[in-house]
Amino acid sequence: MNPTRQRRLTIVIAVLVAVIVAAALVVYALQQNMNYLFTPSQVQAGDAAHYKNFRLGGMVKAGSIQHSSDSLQVTFTVVDAGGAMPVEYNGILPDLFRENQSVIATGHMEGARFVATEVLAKHDETYMPKELKDAMAKAHQGKHIDESAGQDKSTL
Amino acid sequence: MTPELGQLALILALLLAIAQSTLPLLGAWRGNRALMAVARPAASGQAVFVALAFAILVWAFLHFDFSVQYVADNSNLQLPWYYRIAAVWGAHEGSMLLWVLILNVWTVALALFSRQLPEVFLARVLGVLGIISTGFLAFILFTSNPFGRLLPMPPDGADLNPVLQDPGMTFHPPVLYMGYVGFSVAFAFSIAALLGGSMEQAWVRWARPWTNAAWAFLSCGIVAGSWWSYAELGWGGWWFWDPVENASFMPWLVGVALIHAQAVTEKRGSLRAWTILLSLFAFSLSLLGTFLVRSGILTSVHAFASDPRRGTFILGFLAVVVGGSLLLYALRAPKVAGGKAFALVSRESAILIGNLMFTVAAAMVMLGTLFPLLGDALNLGKISVGPPYFGLLFPLLMLPVILLLPFGPYLRWGKSDTPVLKQVLVRAGIAALACALLAAFFVQGQLKAIAGVASAVWVGVGVALYIVKRWREMPRGRRYPAEMAGMLLAHAGVAVFLIGVMLSESLSVTRDVRMTPGQVATVGGYQFHFDGVTQTTGPNWQAVQGVVTVTRNGAPVAVMHPQKRTYVHEQVQTESAVDPGITRDLYVALGEPMDPNHVERAWALRLYTKPFIRWIWAGGLFMMLGGFVSAADRRFRVKREAEAAQTITATVQEA
Repeated sequence: MNPTRQRRLTIVIAVLVAVIVAAALVVYALQQNMNYLFTPSQVQAGDAAHYKNFRLGGMVKAGSIQHSSDSLQVTFTVVDAGGAMPVEYNGILPDLFRENQSVIATGHMEGARFVATEVLAKHDETYMPKELKDAMAKAHQGKHIDESAGQDKSTL
Repeated sequence: MTPELGQLALILALLLAIAQSTLPLLGAWRGNRALMAVARPAASGQAVFVALAFAILVWAFLHFDFSVQYVADNSNLQLPWYYRIAAVWGAHEGSMLLWVLILNVWTVALALFSRQLPEVFLARVLGVLGIISTGFLAFILFTSNPFGRLLPMPPDGADLNPVLQDPGMTFHPPVLYMGYVGFSVAFAFSIAALLGGSMEQAWVRWARPWTNAAWAFLSCGIVAGSWWSYAELGWGGWWFWDPVENASFMPWLVGVALIHAQAVTEKRGSLRAWTILLSLFAFSLSLLGTFLVRSGILTSVHAFASDPRRGTFILGFLAVVVGGSLLLYALRAPKVAGGKAFALVSRESAILIGNLMFTVAAAMVMLGTLFPLLGDALNLGKISVGPPYFGLLFPLLMLPVILLLPFGPYLRWGKSDTPVLKQVLVRAGIAALACALLAAFFVQGQLKAIAGVASAVWVGVGVALYIVKRWREMPRGRRYPAEMAGMLLAHAGVAVFLIGVMLSESLSVTRDVRMTPGQVATVGGYQFHFDGVTQTTGPNWQAVQGVVTVTRNGAPVAVMHPQKRTYVHEQVQTESAVDPGITRDLYVALGEPMDPNHVERAWALRLYTKPFIRWIWAGGLFMMLGGFVSAADRRFRVKREAEAAQTITATVQEA
């Protein structure tokens, strides 16, 4: 092989190796950080059993919000048409977290409770995240929900 | 009546845009000078009509014309005048109008400052810009008309999203759009070069200042957006890898690659096809960014509307622009001649590696951002990709760039000798190691902080060494030409940015606490005294205002007033209080009262100390400055004129 070809071959091999490493890393990172969205009834049906971390979406049940008296711990129940799930969160809830409003919580199951590390709430009376709307479509058939505003976040 | 005039102006602008996009291109093809001459007046006329439409919309906002649907949706009687102006681009329709207005500003600027360009080339450039403008104006008129009437006229409007009622938000979108749209110039130059087929190197030199300026605007817009989310969203973060942030970040990354690739192409003639491809990508990503933000395709903090007709139009437009330009590229690029060869150790190689990293980073961000759409299409379920994905991959991709950066200016075009590089390696390396050891004492073994100091010193010392070298070796007045000064500024900005990111990420102390009035919490060495809340009012809101006195070792530091605002339409908005400093920010946000009926009792508060966080934005501003300074280099202008003179004589001779 002449030197030019040899150099080209080295470059090609180097690029190939880099591409393979990069692709492997990307796949790994994606797998680690993909968060699926489930509604309480789907979780109770066992759909979320394979995932350690996932997002729970639904409505905050009226009268279910309970603040601890001496810490920031708060518990509430997220419901959809067919299920309910108690959620525990330690931190400050977003501005627009209300009863009977949609919410998406990220976290994991501990026993029968969902422990959230992040809670997102809708931004005004007419807004519901599109993906949550889709996920809850079966439960709320025929009910038209308009979306027009941003959403509000809160993280630990 | 006035809003209809606005619409009429838009229709006239569209007609002119159609003229601008067809006649000059036909003229350039047929060699018809009369047709080519249409470009300039058509562009100016279009700019006048778009500006008129924009002014009419501003007027409608200032005069509370709630008979216009868009005005009624985004403002009300209590909204102060400055936010009424900002409300013009507070939602989808107005943003699109602003986009077109800025495109027209760039086009007119180009038409004014490029009188020296070859006639055929300029006709093609303006024609391409006209095509883009036609697409946007049609989009506005057919799917997103800001002048649509609302009858009967409501007595008062709704409200501008309270999140957007912030000084940062008033100028974030226009500046960001200046960047997005600015890449359309580089795009148009590339298309014109492809159409012309001749591919002289010269077009890259003409395009460079425009690309640098566009990139600088984009940097500024991203900094403003990051600052806004820090100050306004109330949770003290500066970057969330949110789809919309990513949307502006992708063209920025490709822009970095493009700026450097253009330098190679201009000076050495190599990487021509790659430079063209990057220009196409940068603008395509800008388009994608514009649409991602406002179309509601991806739900995020910024998504404001969704309408299937818009989605279809956007997809069609993207397909035409991206597909069309790539097709043209595929047909014409193989004819592009290669430039001078270069060795493994050369500036070209270093820039090529950097380019690779930045484009891969952009692709990585794009994959993460669009993955939910992909998952949806493939029926994988409702997926989102969490920030750790980006947080893991992005630093890995940037590592080679940081490592190579100090060598950049020392490397020669073509082939570089190694002794001088070894010298830089040793000096910057020792400095970085020494500072890392020193830092290790102060940060209690926080690896991220130590790595941050080391990398920042590595980059900073590398830049400083080169500044000293130029100072010593070059005669006064020729030490730092604008192009080089810009490069050094931007690279120094990387060092500043690294300090900010790594130190604030690793040393920030974040506490959410429950506090009763009189209680003290200690966060990061500062004592936060909560003195209860008071009531206060603003032009269109009422607020509960907390009083937090901060002391350090008994000495007073600051009195902070975080607010919980309630706007006229019952929207609640947290206004955090920030005490800024060069080495640290103190950040307090009111959470919620523990008992809503007794606000005078305990509250949930967020207390943050954020060391060096300001350096993040300072670094970004340095980069912006670098872009502008480079763009101002006289070399681009002087040579352009000389070049143009040559071309003109050449054409005269041919004739």
